[in-house]
Amino acid sequence: MRVEIYIGTRKGAFILKGDAARRKWEISNPIFLGNIVHHLILDPRDGKTILMAARTGHLGPTIFRSTNRGKVWKEVTKPPAFPKAKEGEKGLVVDHVFWLTPGHRSEPAVWYAGTSPQGIFRSEDHGNTWEGVDGFNQNPQRGAWTGSGQDGTPDGPKLHSILIDPRDPNHMYIGMSSGGVFESTDKGATWEPLNRGCVAEFLPDPNAEYGHDPHCVRLHPMMPDRLYQQNHCGIYRMERPEGQWQRIGSNMPRNVGDIGFPLVLHPDDPNTVWVFPMDGTAVWPRTSPGGKPAVFRTTNAGKSWKRQNQGLPEKNSWWTVKRQAMTVDHEKNVGVYFGTTAGEVWGSRNEGESWRCLVRNLPHIYSLEAAIS
Amino acid sequence: MNIFIPSPLRSYTQQQPKVVASGANLSALIDNLDHQFPGFRFRIVDEQDQIRTHIKIFVNREPAGSLAVPLQQKDEVLIVCALSGG
Repeated sequence: MRVEIYIGTRKGAFILKGDAARRKWEISNPIFLGNIVHHLILDPRDGKTILMAARTGHLGPTIFRSTNRGKVWKEVTKPPAFPKAKEGEKGLVVDHVFWLTPGHRSEPAVWYAGTSPQGIFRSEDHGNTWEGVDGFNQNPQRGAWTGSGQDGTPDGPKLHSILIDPRDPNHMYIGMSSGGVFESTDKGATWEPLNRGCVAEFLPDPNAEYGHDPHCVRLHPMMPDRLYQQNHCGIYRMERPEGQWQRIGSNMPRNVGDIGFPLVLHPDDPNTVWVFPMDGTAVWPRTSPGGKPAVFRTTNAGKSWKRQNQGLPEKNSWWTVKRQAMTVDHEKNVGVYFGTTAGEVWGSRNEGESWRCLVRNLPHIYSLEAAIS
Repeated sequence: MNIFIPSPLRSYTQQQPKVVASGANLSALIDNLDHQFPGFRFRIVDEQDQIRTHIKIFVNREPAGSLAVPLQQKDEVLIVCALSGG
């Protein structure tokens, strides 16, 4: 068993392959060099298919697909696109596909995509053709839920964190920046906001029903009634069906805070979570607090956090780890990995206790996904 | 008519910088190109039938503001990728 890391960057995709001990790593040549690759992910259901969300500075968004783990790539036949608006109306335009999620195990051909601006798309043929999920995209409330384009990230508003309940393919969650966390129990036909208890300090009503900014939402496959999120306004956990977010980031050190982009879960322990805090003070530098990067881990579902920075730069490091740029493998001692805006991938073979830089000098990293070969 | 293809789109045209296509207007011409080179249209025209922000199309060296511009067989169409950052 060998770990592969799929890396999406602002200038193309890369595959980082480890040896059996995860000591030596080999980086591939660039894949689609010059393309803006927000996400690429292997389908764990067949172990062969990879989808890649790409666009270029000039050309519109598309999805590339490989059915042999990246040896050969082909553009899909029909990438995600909003419907043509009626005469005299202004229609939505997909700027880029931001997020890709393989569907439920009982639906091996199904994939979901999240876009900028916020839209959900579904494929029923392994990602080759895509249709909008009208229950969201055409919902009369969509505009209110998502706010204006002004409410998005500098790179555009995004729909991300499409989570499928492993017990029920009809049960889904999504995250939107902005918009908040939403839930559907009928495969996307209807949606309800799920933001109670989560603060939105940037809204006139900080306890609003929607309009929040979840940066990264995760569901643990072993405990699907537990959700975690790294939000613009802190780190939270929710136990269903109660439906109330608890701010577990309050237990982080005060001089670090609980602002950040990514959050990842231990594959075998729903109580263990890693985050990568960033500076959310004053003008929001979004770099590591004090220029001292560190991962923080909880092993008790957020009651306490431990700083994990052995091997990381001790000072003067001003990069950012974006919301999709942190991942874990499924080895016995879980490997944790993150990629930086400075083009470095850091990895830990011992659940975050110590870190090593696995590769440098890549472009600005947007996403990491780990897989086993 | 002759269509000049910029380098970012030549992966669709087997690296040919110039191809031949037909159409009564720009939209029909791009449909024809999409038929010859599947996927071509959506990379330069969005789902609301607008030419994408960083794509410029010239007909006989005059900028085409919309896909409704009529074409004749002798026309020359130039597709250009405008500057779009680093």
